[in-house]
Amino acid sequence: MAFDYAPAPESRAIVDIAPSYGLFIDGEFREAADGKVFKTLAPASEEVLAEVAQASAQDVDHAVKAARKAFETWSALPGAERAKYLFRIARIIQERSRELAVLESLDNGKPIRESRDFDLPLVAAHFFYYAGWADKLDHASFGANPRPLGVAGQVIPWNFPLLMLSWKIAPALATGNTVVLKPAETTPLSALFFADICRQAGLPKGVVNILTGDGTAGAALVAHPDVNKVAFTGSTEVGKAIARTVAGTDKKLTLELGGKAANIVFDDAPIDQAVEGVVNGIFFNQGHVCCAGSRLLVQESVADELLDALKRRMATLRVGDPLDKNTDVGAINSAEQLARITELADAGESEGAERWAPACDLPSSGYWFAPTLFTGVTQAHRIAREEVFGPVLSVLTFRTPAEAVEKANNTPYGLSAGIWTEKGSRSLWMASKLRAGIVWSNTFNKLDPTSPFGGYKESGYGREGGRHGLEAYLAPSSPKGEHA
Amino acid sequence: MSGKTGGRSHRNVKPEGQSGMNAVDRLSVFKTYKLFVGGKFPRSESGRVYEVTDAQGAWLANAPLSSRKDARDAVVAARKAFGGWSGATAYNRGQILYRVAEMLEGRREQFATEVAAAEGIPRPKAAARVNAAIDRWVWYAGWSDKVTQIAGAANPVAGPYFNLSTPEPTGVVAVLAPRDSSFLGLVSVIAPAIVTGNTVVVVASEQAPLPALSLGEVLATSDLPGGVVNILSGKAAELGLPLALHQDVNAIDLTGADGELAVELERAAAENLKRVLRPQPGDSGKGAWSADPGTGRMLALVETKTVWHSMGV
Repeated sequence: MAFDYAPAPESRAIVDIAPSYGLFIDGEFREAADGKVFKTLAPASEEVLAEVAQASAQDVDHAVKAARKAFETWSALPGAERAKYLFRIARIIQERSRELAVLESLDNGKPIRESRDFDLPLVAAHFFYYAGWADKLDHASFGANPRPLGVAGQVIPWNFPLLMLSWKIAPALATGNTVVLKPAETTPLSALFFADICRQAGLPKGVVNILTGDGTAGAALVAHPDVNKVAFTGSTEVGKAIARTVAGTDKKLTLELGGKAANIVFDDAPIDQAVEGVVNGIFFNQGHVCCAGSRLLVQESVADELLDALKRRMATLRVGDPLDKNTDVGAINSAEQLARITELADAGESEGAERWAPACDLPSSGYWFAPTLFTGVTQAHRIAREEVFGPVLSVLTFRTPAEAVEKANNTPYGLSAGIWTEKGSRSLWMASKLRAGIVWSNTFNKLDPTSPFGGYKESGYGREGGRHGLEAYLAPSSPKGEHA
Repeated sequence: MSGKTGGRSHRNVKPEGQSGMNAVDRLSVFKTYKLFVGGKFPRSESGRVYEVTDAQGAWLANAPLSSRKDARDAVVAARKAFGGWSGATAYNRGQILYRVAEMLEGRREQFATEVAAAEGIPRPKAAARVNAAIDRWVWYAGWSDKVTQIAGAANPVAGPYFNLSTPEPTGVVAVLAPRDSSFLGLVSVIAPAIVTGNTVVVVASEQAPLPALSLGEVLATSDLPGGVVNILSGKAAELGLPLALHQDVNAIDLTGADGELAVELERAAAENLKRVLRPQPGDSGKGAWSADPGTGRMLALVETKTVWHSMGV
């Protein structure tokens, strides 16, 4: 007999969303040059949250000019002073974190438990971490007196809107660059609230510019001739287009793209812990995670036991209102993404894999997809090769560690991987063989500002986080050390 | 074969002119220059050669004119060698790079002669460049077991995890070697790529490929596993594109590509998001490659892997 949970909604009253927002250029909000706007929805209800300006190429130009002008003074500021601005921002984020968490859950659809306990603490931590670097760059091993690059054009995705903003803006400002950032079309609001935080922190105008809009605005930003640095997080397809655009320019480029991570469970792993790790690996944030553990590789001898436990656990996942504090899985971010997940899951079935999902009531409005797993998946299936970016797990089996390595690495991606085993030497051996930028051993989906994050192969290049994350925004003092 | 002949006069004690043959002079033995692929010395599968001349236009040799198929074969060889070479200990890789320097030391005369002819520079200057190239192998040999210590990190994450970042080789690297520095420049782009465990497919300078092809002979006797370095002679414009588009190449060094070709190849490299080293202003012209190389080339061809080890009892 299962007990029902009473609703435990987080109050929306803490956040005050204006009916419309402009672009944040040179320290003030303004309408788009051509007056165009678009609506941003709450994916859990399809309610219109606000109307937002749609940036054009002309707005991109204005923003880049403002950033260029601000660069002169911002880059000349002593590092210790830049640091204090970043510390201020970090503190204000902490102060306003509940408001921002609710806003993020509304605009993105992610459970409040995650925006409150994962996203926002990491956002503040990221600003704290890079604040401390601003006056210590001479000690960061990039030569004496490393220089900033100039104006950074940054384009971020919708899965962790504010967290990805912090990954982009904190290191850029710490190193003395100024930024023009474009949040994703479906999640513009937290970046606009961040603009208000910049105002509260007294950040000089033009240092941070926020342009809302669609892919055309992002493309114009990336192609702008006065942008010195391009940083993009998003799909591999768009990442390739950006790499083509910057070819032949002096722009420095970092790309954090898709993944198809293997989560590898050995027969000696503690099954309950592994199941929690697998669930967290793929159903965290509705599977809208580039480093999601979307391929479960389980050792044949424990496959049945693990799958039984996994299905039992999946049946307890609570799918629904993102603002309910008991919700485990929220709304799919957009109708477009829901269509993509549905299409790939259908392909999984039609290609012969066996589909399973727990019985769960999905709300009647909004975009929803039940946690789903596929067994009988082969390496040739689309659901084993393509990034679903949704709550869909493909299960494959292996017999030997060598076979696990071969299957895990059999992908053009190389962002992350997970290993579950009690044997330390095997864990270390596996970690050394996996061609992925992040490997989690007996854990998954952990992030930290001190820890470099980024992929191998078609998952992109460059690292965000840690000392390594500074490199993307610095020109080494010796020209011989310079590289793309 | 329309060029002047006699360019190989250095092979004889006395200059060998057009009419220089007499009963006393010994006729020199020419070397057939071949590619170096997978540890072997094949001709181009295409059967093509092109004429290599010295600065005065005198014939030096017929070098293989590599085809796209040769480039693909070289990538296969490089991929095959990657597991073993990247899995070798750093100490072992350092020993082997140092062994290359040892082998070259005994062949300085030969390389000085080849470089002088290839680059049209006086013999003493060529000898100095060969010396610098040998010293460069020694410099990079020493880096093999230190690069992880300067590029890695133990990260103090906020949680019960041991969090370690280490550099790993990026994989198979295609290298367009410098056009105007046939040996020092060549060594300066190969050594930093392989010291960390990458394997390479090198397109030698089109105008001056002979020192590169001779380097293959040195590498073959330096305990370097076959396939770690593969050397092709031919046209960068012909070989660059298939390498830049190749799905099993992880990075491309465009040092030897001129402006327009470099842009075309960087765009092609986006096909599978190869790491791209753009040509740098300091990499050609006077004094290029003579400065302290720094760590930039090594660090551009590694991936940072971060492992989170869960702690607990």
